Amino acid sequence: MEITKEKLLGFYKTMVTIRKFEEKACELFAAGKLPGFVHLYIGEEAVATGVCANLTDKDFITSTHRGHGHLIAKGGKLDLMMAELFGKATGYCKGKGGSMHIADVDLGILGANGIVGAGQPIATGAAFACKYKKSDAVAVCFHGDGASNRGTFHESLNMAAIFKLPVVFVCENNMYGISISQKYHMNVSDISDRAAAYGIPGVTVDGNDVVAVYEAAAEAIQRARKGDGPSLIECKTWRQKGHFEGDPQSYKKPEEQAEWLQKDPIPRLEKKLLELKYATKADLDKIQGETAQKIEAAVKFAQNSPDPSPEDVLTDVLAG
Amino acid sequence: MKMTYAEAMRDGLRVEMKRDPNVYLAGEDVGPFGGCFGQVAGLYQEFGPGRIVDTPISETAIVGHAVGAAAAGLRPVVEIMFMDFMGVCMDEILNQAAKMRYMFGGKAKLPMVIRTPCGGGLGAAAQHSQCLEALFTHIPGIKVVMPAEPADAKGLMAAAIRDDNPVIYVEHKMLLGVQGEVPEGEFVVPIGQAAVKRPGSDVTIVAWSGMVPKAAAAAETLAGEEISAEVIDLRTLTPLDKDCILKSVGKTGRLVIVHEANLTGGFGGEIAAIVADEGFDLLNAPIKRVTAPDTPVPFATVLEKAYLPSEEKIVRAVKELF
Repeated sequence: MEITKEKLLGFYKTMVTIRKFEEKACELFAAGKLPGFVHLYIGEEAVATGVCANLTDKDFITSTHRGHGHLIAKGGKLDLMMAELFGKATGYCKGKGGSMHIADVDLGILGANGIVGAGQPIATGAAFACKYKKSDAVAVCFHGDGASNRGTFHESLNMAAIFKLPVVFVCENNMYGISISQKYHMNVSDISDRAAAYGIPGVTVDGNDVVAVYEAAAEAIQRARKGDGPSLIECKTWRQKGHFEGDPQSYKKPEEQAEWLQKDPIPRLEKKLLELKYATKADLDKIQGETAQKIEAAVKFAQNSPDPSPEDVLTDVLAG
Repeated sequence: MKMTYAEAMRDGLRVEMKRDPNVYLAGEDVGPFGGCFGQVAGLYQEFGPGRIVDTPISETAIVGHAVGAAAAGLRPVVEIMFMDFMGVCMDEILNQAAKMRYMFGGKAKLPMVIRTPCGGGLGAAAQHSQCLEALFTHIPGIKVVMPAEPADAKGLMAAAIRDDNPVIYVEHKMLLGVQGEVPEGEFVVPIGQAAVKRPGSDVTIVAWSGMVPKAAAAAETLAGEEISAEVIDLRTLTPLDKDCILKSVGKTGRLVIVHEANLTGGFGGEIAAIVADEGFDLLNAPIKRVTAPDTPVPFATVLEKAYLPSEEKIVRAVKELF
């Protein structure tokens, strides 16, 4: 598969946008400006970016606690996302969802989700709708290593497999389910092995290599679009931060963290872009600078937005 | 025309499936088998496997897939074979289906129906007989309908399918074979409207689902003893037709609430609280509840009979108010 200069630079822009959004969210949360919990995606940017580069607005995704990256990669608007983190009326969910529940149904984003493993049957249902309507749209379910131990994983993969649904399950194996190492919480080292139980393809890729993720997702998504059914892709990656902001991460070994930081997907892509002479250091700095400005603008939008009015607590419970 | 409750519900589903190609039915044994109690017999032959979808025994994925399919533009009707099994898919109901619209700031529509049979009377014991409606009325974001007669079974099925919200449609096992007059063709009973099943002036008996015929029979007996009972069939629990209840209590001054579910935390408590709060001055006597005791549903016929509210227990409760 040819990865053009434009495509690779596009990956870079998306990954930098996610990183800078998350760094800003981290800073704002630490300063006490964001209510609730914040679960950051720092270190995992290559997964959302590589997968979503194969999707259009017609396709669906379901996301996780750690949803900002998926949403940005799927085309979510930075100002509306940031406003939601602040709980403002202008936010994606009018301040009713917050970080863990941001959605944009018009873009096929069926929500980040506060329940681990809950997106799996929902993505299966969205894929059912794609097939039922005879469209060539697909659904992608992002979930973590922890979620692959839930019953929803088994029921969804089995149902998707027997119905040959156009859904791709993307397991972001960031090595920890909250504080518990994958080595402890399952007896297999490659989660993709579990695909065999459902008679569907399963592959493991380097989740910090955006090109590897892009290529594996392209194959699985094409297969789904053609009507050949679901796949499971395991992307091995690393959660550089805690499960939530404020998590002291005493469960992580320092040497493990140091080793994985060496494999950070963004410097890795920078190196590739420079080697291929697709960009100069100045080009990359420019992208970084422009992205930082966009994030600042989103923060400004959020901070200048009104709070929801107290009466809005009663609205949006039921349709009609 | 004359139809059983099960036939009427099926007719409502059939008419809506013909009307809207986005409506489909999925669940365990709903295909050629025709549903656990034959409720959907013939639909597979009529609509085929694309729209009458047999699923694995996977309640979580059945309801969870419906959430995704509804959010993506379809109008799924899914069956959970017994209401007792709703626990297996509770996250999908209480955290996903019910919350999505609110959490997304009103930008999602979840037009989905969960059909499920409730109730004792078959000796099916504690895991196949429960009436768990109170659990679901406690969750904002979903509607709960519980028809008691064939025409309502049809009309509320149509309304549930056309509703843009998740609706739990509870059918009572002991009512499935009951016959009644049912309108042909398109027929909708609005969600949220109770029905005065029998007018009366001395006492209001509020009931729903399998308890409505028992309340009606009790009212008949009471009429022979010069007590005029007004029987209200709630039909829909959420949203609740409070006005119908308050208006009736305003007329009769007495209230007996009858439900098959256990006493504690039952929906009868909610009705009593509403009347105490908003209609205290209307009451000439305390509010009575006739319910099952706080035990699981027993197996032996003699025990199940002792467990279930009966016409006699309703009559007794009413008489205590005079």
